[in-house]
Amino acid sequence: MRTVLSFDARLEEHIPGLRRYAYALVRDRERADDLVQDCLARALSRRHLWRPGNLRAWLFRILHNVYVNDVARAAIRPDATALDAVTEPSIEASQDDVVYLRRVATRLAELPADQREVLLLVGLEGFAYEEAARVLGVPVGTVMSRLSRGRRRLRELLADTSTTTLRRVK
Amino acid sequence: MSEPRTPVSEEDLHAAADGNLQPDRRATIDAHLARDPEAAAEVDAWRRQNEALHALFDRVAAEPVPTQLRPANLRAPRLRPATIALRAAAAVALLLAGGLAGWLGHERYGDGTAPQLAILAREAVMAHRVYSVEVRHPVEVRAEEAHLVNWLSRRLEHRVNAPDLGAAGWKLVGGRLLPAQTGPAAQFMYESPDGERLTLYIRTNRTSDTTQFRVVEDNGFTAFYWLDGPLGYALIGKASREKMIGVANAVYERLTP
Repeated sequence: MRTVLSFDARLEEHIPGLRRYAYALVRDRERADDLVQDCLARALSRRHLWRPGNLRAWLFRILHNVYVNDVARAAIRPDATALDAVTEPSIEASQDDVVYLRRVATRLAELPADQREVLLLVGLEGFAYEEAARVLGVPVGTVMSRLSRGRRRLRELLADTSTTTLRRVK
Repeated sequence: MSEPRTPVSEEDLHAAADGNLQPDRRATIDAHLARDPEAAAEVDAWRRQNEALHALFDRVAAEPVPTQLRPANLRAPRLRPATIALRAAAAVALLLAGGLAGWLGHERYGDGTAPQLAILAREAVMAHRVYSVEVRHPVEVRAEEAHLVNWLSRRLEHRVNAPDLGAAGWKLVGGRLLPAQTGPAAQFMYESPDGERLTLYIRTNRTSDTTQFRVVEDNGFTAFYWLDGPLGYALIGKASREKMIGVANAVYERLTP
């Protein structure tokens, strides 16, 4: 007999991903978990609104809305100031890699929030472009243009530190 | 479709970096990238960005989920007794220091939300104090009159409800329309078998913000209040805080769809 997972159990499967995304977005442990907590509380109280389908996209959509409200509410607070915890990357990394990863983290935080969200949903969370559009509540064309701008900008920013000296000489 | 001249779109390049190319597109895109080193370098850079994101953040997903985020611990999301007790203690302390508005000034909500909350709580407590002692005319419209809820909903221009708190021992007496700073407000009054009264005050919320529960104790009254999108709510009574938490929980569960 097939086991039917309870809503709670299915919700729980997605919490690690929600925490990863929230942390990557705001880079502040406490704030990230606050966002996830708000997201889960809303999901639980609105579970009757969820139609069987993509639970993960639905949860990320709630998290996105919680994040947007939180940013609006705390407009004074810079979006990603805590650059602390990026010291221990997940994988065994050489010193060069660590330096590179820190730069990626720093530069990522410099991207506009809407571009950063798309980069993370697609590049980190592996959402298909149409799903990312649903999560963010925008047309898929908007997702593609944010993705293009975000990825190009991040590439430029990453290339930038190595060429700063050369440019200064001019 | 997969002949070499099919134009290669930006989306194809992203799909190549993300590993989502449709099988029938792959040969075309690979051929394109082989001919165009700049595009190939771009796709490669994007792929490395994705790898860097995983290297940076996957460890967060690998951690055990903190207990406060387990769904079982989120059932009554806005009302964890420990938090409430702390908040109440803090509220009382700050009330002594500077009154209700002063306490609310410490909230982290910016713009209009903190004042909205302060005014909501003040109006609700005042309305409770005025009408809960009323013996002959505690309400304007009795609960038995079917139009009570529709009338108040129409006046607030939002669907409002008088939640059924019978299970908690509170019987709806009725309701009244009141003037609030934002326009019309609704007050529902409940009564316990031994004559204790509590009121639920509902008014429109200008900020459309949604907040956590707040609790404040004032002259022996305990007020729980919160904003939920278009409406603000306050529940006021004289019962013990523990009893009030139970009722506030029940109200919240019935009001939040």
